[in-house]
Amino acid sequence: MTGTPVGAAAALFRRDLQLAVRRPDDALQPLLFAVIVAALFPFALGADATRLAPIAGGVAWVVALLSLLIGLDAVYRGDEEDGSLDQLLVSGQPLALLCAARMLAHWLVVGLPLVLVAPVLARLLGMPPNAWPVAIASLSLGTGVLVAIGHVCAALAVAAKRSVILVPLLVLPLAVPVLIFGAGAVQATLSGLSPTVPLLMLAAGLALAIPLAPLACAAALRLNAG
Amino acid sequence: MTARDLGFARTGETIFGPVTFVLRAGGLLAIGGANGAGKTTLLHVLAGLLAPSMGTLATEFGEVGHAPGSSRVALVGHHNGLKLDLSARANLRFREALHGAEESQTVDKALAHVGLAGYESLALRELSAGQRRRVALAALARSRATLWLLDEPFANLDAEGRSLVSTLIAAQRERGGMVALTTHGADVLPADTTHCRLGAAT
Repeated sequence: MTGTPVGAAAALFRRDLQLAVRRPDDALQPLLFAVIVAALFPFALGADATRLAPIAGGVAWVVALLSLLIGLDAVYRGDEEDGSLDQLLVSGQPLALLCAARMLAHWLVVGLPLVLVAPVLARLLGMPPNAWPVAIASLSLGTGVLVAIGHVCAALAVAAKRSVILVPLLVLPLAVPVLIFGAGAVQATLSGLSPTVPLLMLAAGLALAIPLAPLACAAALRLNAG
Repeated sequence: MTARDLGFARTGETIFGPVTFVLRAGGLLAIGGANGAGKTTLLHVLAGLLAPSMGTLATEFGEVGHAPGSSRVALVGHHNGLKLDLSARANLRFREALHGAEESQTVDKALAHVGLAGYESLALRELSAGQRRRVALAALARSRATLWLLDEPFANLDAEGRSLVSTLIAAQRERGGMVALTTHGADVLPADTTHCRLGAAT
């Protein structure tokens, strides 16, 4: 069998999912973090819906953003440390395609579960049910953009000694627009406005990230090779 | 493969070079030198992972044993490039999709050949360092790459493992492939080996 680019990307995608199954803690940690933080807010601020509801959208989004940062620095560091990254680089396969496969796998393992527990977060934070669909839609789009940004930053910092600190510092400024539009969409719904514009901005961000992030990721990995 | 005055420097500090050598089809290049002399860095330059900062490197890949879609370079580094949480079989299947592999050599046959019959489905975490190295060698044995780059291939192996490496290298050379390896100088190599000694790091 020859290693076709699509076959190689599919195999890498499968490998990342298999690794996530073998190490469920890594995948569950961000999810658990998000649920715990959301569960603590009613205790800290009181379960009074009139106090929690106005900030629910913002809190849910901050929680989602922070939980996505967990373990992000290790995305490429693990492959760097065990020599897998060198194998990807010498394979001669299109590296951007391989990076895209890893992003998709990462989103499925970490991003999608976050979207699925969004109703739980919304309930814990006392968000009025009419805003739930918008919260879920904004998180679906936004987590995709955040994973793409995160992978580029993790690839940039792969050779850095303190990537645990460096990666969040690189990600945060780039993630702020995503946070503004994501939380903005939910807040707009809560104040009776249309969430269309912020949701479209998030969709535009995702449409931009899907082709560009893998290319940037591949360039960053080549830069740090060897 | 011809290297002329090849060298590499990082942030102005010379890691190795300049070195000059010619590696022909079927040839074996042994890169010697003390610890820190830049042997691994030279291998990474040959692999194309690093761009040389001085001199020229020209590699002509013959089509010997090479099929479209399979990698031209096979690298066995200090680290095996294997996932410890996956089984030997899963690791080899993944490498096959990535690099292409010899069809006549099935995954299980290659593992049996390196003495790992019966260990195919165990996670690599449960195997010893030498056994993990053998899994990397099984991947190498299935490789159709023209150029093999081996970083201290004899390290961590018992006598039987070392002779296995020698057999693999001989087979690759017989196919007309090229092999470049790093060595501490204690390894037994064929008489027709091209030697390239790197000076101490400055």
